[in-house]
Amino acid sequence: MSRDDYFQKIQEVLDDALGVDEDEVTPDASLTADLGAESIDFLDIVFRLEKTFDFKISQGELFPENLSENPDWVSDGKLTDSGLTMLKDRMTHVDFTAIENGDRELSKLADSITVNSLVNFVENKLGGE
Amino acid sequence: MRWLWIDCITEHEPGKRLVATKQINRDEDHLHQFTQDELTIMPFSLLIEGMAQTAGILVGSTTGFTEKVILAKIAKATLECDVTDGDTVRFDATIERVDSAGASTTGTIDRRKEGGDAWERIGKIELMFSHIDNNLAGTEFPEHNFVFSDNFRTILETAGLADLIEEKKE
Repeated sequence: MSRDDYFQKIQEVLDDALGVDEDEVTPDASLTADLGAESIDFLDIVFRLEKTFDFKISQGELFPENLSENPDWVSDGKLTDSGLTMLKDRMTHVDFTAIENGDRELSKLADSITVNSLVNFVENKLGGE
Repeated sequence: MRWLWIDCITEHEPGKRLVATKQINRDEDHLHQFTQDELTIMPFSLLIEGMAQTAGILVGSTTGFTEKVILAKIAKATLECDVTDGDTVRFDATIERVDSAGASTTGTIDRRKEGGDAWERIGKIELMFSHIDNNLAGTEFPEHNFVFSDNFRTILETAGLADLIEEKKE
């Protein structure tokens, strides 16, 4: 399957999970800021991706979870250098440039997850052409 | 579960499927404001809740009712016609996926008219449930399981499924 094939299938997944039109699902669209995803939607997306692509996704593998429980990663509601390094190492499918160059507010971390992040993730899991 | 919108459990395939029914009765006070042509109508919102309780019991049964299972999302819901007094409704719920964070279910709603034998498919509902102790960023909830309360246990006992709770305690 090509990257375009992955993208098309992810469009369908997001259409079902978020009730958005396919034309809203652009590569750079943020799941939260642009497509309106809420926390339970992330679990829904994980389940639908697993079903669509026939693989398993471990907890915290696709979306960051429970970061605030580790004071080395989050301090005063902001990502620390250590937290950011950990995220960049573990979640290579997400582009953290905006939060790295911004105020690093944990509450804005989810905005970094885009449709492209999902395509990257699937491509990493299954391999591209 | 404060109010139950199912009367009894009729089928159970552990970890997979649960079927429950409800008889719509005009004596139910909470339905009195929903009438049309002198018939009492069970609102679609309560049919969704009936499905949520059916599917919620199914999801809860996978962990021996130790998790607090909360309806988190109505992913899709369609209903093709009303259900009125005298009708019997059947909720048929199936687990699509379950893990420590929550579960997704699909389900169908069938209707049997008063005095009839045939079931008619009238709706489909997809739901998401959260295991709230494992979510909400460490928010603490009461230790006791306030979701699956005494009236729910009565339903399980009536269906001969009370051992679902006991089995997991061992």
